[in-house]
Amino acid sequence: MTAKLSIQNLSFTYADGAQALRQINMDIQANELFVLFGPSRAGKTTLLRLLNRLADLLEGTERTGEVLINGRDIYAPNVDVTQLRRRVGMVFAVPTPLPGSIYSNLAYSLQMAGIRDHHTIAERVERSLRQAALWDEVKDRLQDSAFALSGGQKQRMCLARSLALEPEIILLDNPTSGLDPISTAMVEDSLFQLKQQYTIIMVPHSVQQASRVADRAAFLLNGELVEVGSQQQLFMHPHDKRTEDYVTGRFG
Amino acid sequence: MSTFDEAPVSWQEPQKDAPPARRNWSELIIETLIRLAGISAVVIITLIFLFLLKEGAPAFMQVPITNLLSTRWYPIEDMFGLIPLLVGSLLVTIGAVAIAVPLGLTTAVYLGEFAPPWQREILKPVIEVLAAIPSIVLGFLGWVALAPLIQGAGAPTGLTAFTGAIILAYMSLPTIISITEDALYAVPREYRDGALALGATQWQTIWRVTLPAARSGIVIAVMLGVGRAIGETMAVMLVTGNAANIPQFGLGAFFQPVRTMTATIAAEMGEVAQGSVHYSVLFAIGIVLFLITFLVNSLATRFIGGSARRRGGQI
Amino acid sequence: MTRQQTQRLAQWLISATAVIVILPIVLVVVYVVAKGIGAINWEFLTQPPRNGMTEGGIFPALLGTIILTLGTAVAAIPLAVGAAIYLAEYAGDNRFTRAIRLAIVNLAGIPSIVYGLFGLGMFVLFFNFGTSILAGALTLGLMTLPVVISTAEEAILTVPQEFRVVSFSLGASRWQTIRHQVLPHALPGIITGIILGLGRAAGETAPILFTVAAFYLPELPKSIFDQTMALPYHLYVIATQVPGMPLSIQYGTALVLLFIVLSFTLVATVIRTVMRRRREW
Repeated sequence: MTAKLSIQNLSFTYADGAQALRQINMDIQANELFVLFGPSRAGKTTLLRLLNRLADLLEGTERTGEVLINGRDIYAPNVDVTQLRRRVGMVFAVPTPLPGSIYSNLAYSLQMAGIRDHHTIAERVERSLRQAALWDEVKDRLQDSAFALSGGQKQRMCLARSLALEPEIILLDNPTSGLDPISTAMVEDSLFQLKQQYTIIMVPHSVQQASRVADRAAFLLNGELVEVGSQQQLFMHPHDKRTEDYVTGRFG
Repeated sequence: MSTFDEAPVSWQEPQKDAPPARRNWSELIIETLIRLAGISAVVIITLIFLFLLKEGAPAFMQVPITNLLSTRWYPIEDMFGLIPLLVGSLLVTIGAVAIAVPLGLTTAVYLGEFAPPWQREILKPVIEVLAAIPSIVLGFLGWVALAPLIQGAGAPTGLTAFTGAIILAYMSLPTIISITEDALYAVPREYRDGALALGATQWQTIWRVTLPAARSGIVIAVMLGVGRAIGETMAVMLVTGNAANIPQFGLGAFFQPVRTMTATIAAEMGEVAQGSVHYSVLFAIGIVLFLITFLVNSLATRFIGGSARRRGGQI
Repeated sequence: MTRQQTQRLAQWLISATAVIVILPIVLVVVYVVAKGIGAINWEFLTQPPRNGMTEGGIFPALLGTIILTLGTAVAAIPLAVGAAIYLAEYAGDNRFTRAIRLAIVNLAGIPSIVYGLFGLGMFVLFFNFGTSILAGALTLGLMTLPVVISTAEEAILTVPQEFRVVSFSLGASRWQTIRHQVLPHALPGIITGIILGLGRAAGETAPILFTVAAFYLPELPKSIFDQTMALPYHLYVIATQVPGMPLSIQYGTALVLLFIVLSFTLVATVIRTVMRRRREW
């Protein structure tokens, strides 16, 4: 069976010459919650942003290697990047509402994809908000400004927003940073629901969170992939000394 | 296993309920127009230079260079000496800069370092008002109000290089003040705090630390002020007396009537026959003005680029 | 002198200089208003000049300035906003972009009389538009470009980068992102820039001298290929070219021109302030 997402010999260098990723190889299966963890500057966010080609926005960078989704290279020349990003959603570390109402935030990706029918849009907005466990809190004030939401609500709205187009893969870049424990738990709960339908790749807030939510995980260090494995293996019986040191809290 | 896995939808295919790539054509057109608009500035400045050349180049062929470099501007007798006009422009500009730079620098220092916020809130709009007043209005006031004052002070006439310099100085002030203010603002807080912590007074800090650190910005401010002054037309035309002769040297020169390059074009273009030598010479003066301001502005830009690079290098 | 005395002296001198700069500005405005207000009445604004311009109003010049300003807007806005979008959203950091920026700085620095020469050479003669509203508006439009480009670009760049990143991540194309997430939030700033640029154009004399402005016209212009009178040139004419011109009419004309130009500045400032307060992020 081909992997949902396959990263092959991926290297990435920033405009200032700093090499963020070196020869990364890994496969991610459909409907798993895959965690990318490691200390800061390990290259987690960079790797995430290579998977929906958001890194294209940076000038002067250099990438080699391939990223295959459903067996097809997303960096092939004929790829429509907007179509790719509609299939690979993303949630950022800092909740980032767009100016406007909650509803307009949710409807944005649908409208940009050319969906005009108000019925369809309203339906999708409601379903994504339910999936992110936010519907009950905001159903009566969908036309309020998205900036009026609390931090945890904003982040769940961003999660819902990334779901509106029913992508196949969701990229989560530390989605619970800055959230209180209750909001964090709510986000984590929705993730368990969501992986029934989506493939989730997540950079966690902490090693604890990584071991709590991961089906499988990859440990990155200074732009290199140290180890990939199941949650059991990586957090209980790591093969590599560096992984062991990190998960047991000896550095990082 | 979800249905997704069994029937993998290729992400290259559009969403099932979305119309296929219908936006692409209009987007392509819009983006092409934006790119064209982007290069328009380069096209326009090239066109300006080419058209000045087209109309002005004959002057350099038909009028002997010795004539152009002579000291008599008397077109009726085919005397096209540009020197008096250049001297006129220079005198007015030098006078304006001599007045505007000290005033502009100190005002910027006042705004940046001394003025309490409520004063800044009032003073900055007032300076914006100055920037907005049309040159013809200032020229008009110089003509009906300032010139008589200067004559009353003992000058043989009120329409002098000095009168023009005062008006021009005020017209350059908004440029000089705002750029100097930006330059002062860009000086890192720590420099000042460091000096103050060492026991320097506020004035010592400004004089020894802030101003030197803002040096390149101040140079740019002065250069752009010069560029503004040398190109100003209407105000100068009204108040400098428009006498195309070279004034005697010395400080007294400022209190004699002069005629600038810009005023010459404005005053005479309406009366010349198209395609005549005089007509071409007026365009040639335009070329000279274009080149002077191009040089001044390009140098100022280079300064800006240079200081930015240096700052980048330190971090 | 002790250091403290120097400090006090410096502070005193600097404050005094600020007064020297500010006071004349206030005086100029107050003086024009005081001297000119007496001439302003309905007839002055709605009637043409009479009796060798020594009587009557300024209506044809006022109308001409309004028409020219509108024409300037039509000529300048699409090009300037397009260029600003290009610089802020499309241009890479390369030599070509630096050439564009250099061109803009220099366009801003070219003397207005040189724009007048260019307009004469290109629009009046080469394109054979004649001395006309079309030629004048195009000349003023080009002169207005750099101001509008710079302010509009600045406005576009103040829109937080994260809005763009989020929009891209949601599958919006570059133009969709600009259209829906950048321009709406940059609009107040862009409009401010446009108004400031138009205000400047409305008060300019040198660029219209040889391209459109008429000394005196018995009739109003009928098409964009006609000449028109315009306030700044009219002020020049009645101040210097008409003997026996009553001063009150001159001051009245100056006041109307000043009022128009300063209203542009005022409107721009109000828009900027209101929009800044209303901003969510």
